[in-house]
Amino acid sequence: VTESGIYVYGVGRDLPPEGLEKVEGVGGAPVEVVEHDGLTAVVSPVSLDDFGEDALRRNLEDLGWLESTARAHHAVVDAAAAFAAIAPLGLATVYRSEDRLRAALEERGEEFTRALDRITGRTEWGVKAYADLKKATPSAPAGQDATASGPGTSYLKRRRVEHHTEEEARREVLAVAGDIDGELRDIAVTGRLHRPQDPQLSGERGWMILNAAYLVDDESAEDFRAAVTRLADLRPEIRLQLTGPWAPYSFATEEEAWTEV
Amino acid sequence: VPTQREPAPARGQRIALVDLLDRLLAGGVVVSGEVVLSIGDVDLVYVSLRALLTSIRAADEPYRAREVPR
Repeated sequence: VTESGIYVYGVGRDLPPEGLEKVEGVGGAPVEVVEHDGLTAVVSPVSLDDFGEDALRRNLEDLGWLESTARAHHAVVDAAAAFAAIAPLGLATVYRSEDRLRAALEERGEEFTRALDRITGRTEWGVKAYADLKKATPSAPAGQDATASGPGTSYLKRRRVEHHTEEEARREVLAVAGDIDGELRDIAVTGRLHRPQDPQLSGERGWMILNAAYLVDDESAEDFRAAVTRLADLRPEIRLQLTGPWAPYSFATEEEAWTEV
Repeated sequence: VPTQREPAPARGQRIALVDLLDRLLAGGVVVSGEVVLSIGDVDLVYVSLRALLTSIRAADEPYRAREVPR
């Protein structure tokens, strides 16, 4: 007999279980709720053959497994978020029994309540910015070679000018990324920087200068989107991508727990 | 080259896996389940993904981030 565990997607308040009937959990399992002291954990059964500690470590190196697990996790969180605020849990949080899960809800109850207070009525939006320095670096002024004392010197001069301007261009786009972040934080409740994405994972060739998440009051969502659209036109060398709405994954934990980027 | 000036996502578009992993690995409440990804494992996941993608990309490029058409 294979041992089973309880996979936890997130914790909400007053979550109606009917909203979760149509969504499938990890591995196609039915999604259930566990109520405890005003908190609702959204869960589904999983086999410890897949989610035991060693199995999990192995499975995480299987891209297909990781992707289907991540997408199933997201589908459940997203379905629940459509009905009520939910504090999503990190990927692959599994308890061995309902009793253990209840003990965790008991122990961490205040923390979940604070998280839910923080995210209720708010939504996460993602903003990514890429810079193309080729569009930012002006070429060396024409005609400057005329005064050069020789072809070698003029080449070095030109190199220095280009290097100077590229360095300036780098500093400038980073400053603009900071301005964009600042303007969006003004509209948002708070913002958080994720580390720049690996080009191999994102498939993006551009230089990623901003990978941010913002927690936005639902009444400000239109203002926020409008600001992103306006900021996208700021510089020809900077391209913005907006993602969302997301369940507030990036803001489910307190700021102290955010890892530095 | 088409310009991408409109950053808004279109409805129903498939979420890029890398955006999802940013949130599922670096975000989310971490509680002490008996089995739970720890911070060290998160870095492990990214390293494994890079290694996997290097081999997969030789064949095709399935995880190109979506570009939003005007």
